[in-house]
Amino acid sequence: MNEKINELEKKQARFDKDRIAWRIGLNNFAKNLFSLSTIFAVVVLGILLYQIVAESIGWLDWKFLTSNLSIFPEKAGIKGAIIGTLFLMMIVIPVTLILGVSTAIYLEEYATEGKLQRLVKVNISNLASVPSVIFGLLGLTVFSRMLGLGSSILAGGLTMSLLVLPIVVVASQEALRAVPGFLREASFGMGADKWTTIWRVVLPVSIPGILTGAILAISRAIGETAPLVVLGIPTLIMKIPTGVMDDFTVMPIQIYYWTLDTVLTPEYAYLASATIVVLLLTLFMLNLVAIIIRNKFQKTF
Amino acid sequence: MRSTNEDLNKYVYDIRGLNLWYGDKQALIDINMGIEKNEITAIIGPSGCGKSTFVKTLNRMIESIPIVRTEGEILYHGHDIFGSHMMVEELRTRVGMVFQKPNPFPKSIFENVVYGPKIHGVKDKRTLMEIAEQSLKRAALWDEVKDRLSDNAYGLSGGQQQRLCIARTMAVSPEVILMDEPTSALDPVATMRIEELMEDLKKEFTVIIVTHNMQQAARISDKTAFFLSGQLIEFDMTNKIFSNPHDKRTEDYITGRFG
Repeated sequence: MNEKINELEKKQARFDKDRIAWRIGLNNFAKNLFSLSTIFAVVVLGILLYQIVAESIGWLDWKFLTSNLSIFPEKAGIKGAIIGTLFLMMIVIPVTLILGVSTAIYLEEYATEGKLQRLVKVNISNLASVPSVIFGLLGLTVFSRMLGLGSSILAGGLTMSLLVLPIVVVASQEALRAVPGFLREASFGMGADKWTTIWRVVLPVSIPGILTGAILAISRAIGETAPLVVLGIPTLIMKIPTGVMDDFTVMPIQIYYWTLDTVLTPEYAYLASATIVVLLLTLFMLNLVAIIIRNKFQKTF
Repeated sequence: MRSTNEDLNKYVYDIRGLNLWYGDKQALIDINMGIEKNEITAIIGPSGCGKSTFVKTLNRMIESIPIVRTEGEILYHGHDIFGSHMMVEELRTRVGMVFQKPNPFPKSIFENVVYGPKIHGVKDKRTLMEIAEQSLKRAALWDEVKDRLSDNAYGLSGGQQQRLCIARTMAVSPEVILMDEPTSALDPVATMRIEELMEDLKKEFTVIIVTHNMQQAARISDKTAFFLSGQLIEFDMTNKIFSNPHDKRTEDYITGRFG
């Protein structure tokens, strides 16, 4: 009997050793495979960045940021595109924040659980994955044609708002859901009504999450091109916009057209690169702000 | 038995034939009991007996669970709390609640205490300060926090947080304070400090406290109700329940034979 057990133990020990060696090998293989994937992405991004930055050197200077468009590459600047982007944000930020946060509050705090509410929630998430060109068509139909706003900043801003609205709604919903129920209970327990509780307890706690989502949505709106192409933003504007009803251009559109026209004027490629650097720096800065807000205000309960 | 005026003054709550269901599952079965003013009523019973459900029904907090359905009457000074004339906000202003886990707001200690008065319309800074001081003193927390009222409440210890929640509840000046296992998340020292508080609380408030700790019920309460499987088995003076219970099941529970 004892012999039998000893034999079994020996077998087991050998079996385990082989198996552990095999599993360690497998683990190393997996580690290398996954690190290769990461390296691939980083290398591609690195090459892209290097090329763009190298091409923009000599072209990106203060004059480039403060000059109007010109058919002569040496004189051309993106002042119009920068001001156009700022104007666009003046529409997008308030419209998406007000509509997005209100929608999220309704869905999370007021709407009663049910089939309808679930349907709306699922469809808002679906909207976030609708191609931006479709939103452009929507904007063209509703804002440009039906409301007669043409290719103005207002039409572009409202279209962009619709495009990024689902992002803000979903992010705000998650931020509201993350507010622990016991805080709401505490407020209700003292005789507070729903709105008082939302205003004084739920929103202050969820604001960092909402802002993070909003900033990411805004950076998406800044970089988006397709909807504005569909709206028919003019290819060449020499005039700087002064109001929301003016025609305008933004940085990604400028990049798009300069890249197209490289066939005619090869130097336009450098202008496009310089604009990309400006656009990327803007986006990185916005994302940095989002990260700072998230880290600074993150609360654990 | 219809309530006379004397009864209305003596009894805060008159519960008649209360049944409660979570969906299909019945959690409270035909509860009848009267809760007297300025007394501490302890609710004891094993886990899942419906004691938490019962106190949460008294200020209608239970309604945050959508599948809950109730039947019967809970008269608060003669008015049915489920009646259409009773606003739930008004009820909860007069019937405060302290929860199992300390749940201060992520705000300053001062802002926590004056939250209730503020939402009920007190704006004057000096009045708010007075309310805060008085409430914190009554919760035996003033000396520990008076120099750091603007610090975040989450910097306090668990026991201090719970006393802050009691102070916050008292700041609304309710008539009744419901407590749902207020010391179960606290260490023995913090528990003792809250129990010491209870004796003072009784002078101004009617307290209904759920506890799974029988010694606690015996130490602090005037009356004790024993719940089992959704039924009120026995409700009597605390010393009677713990010395000479009427029902065999009560005796089995308090002598530790089950639960």
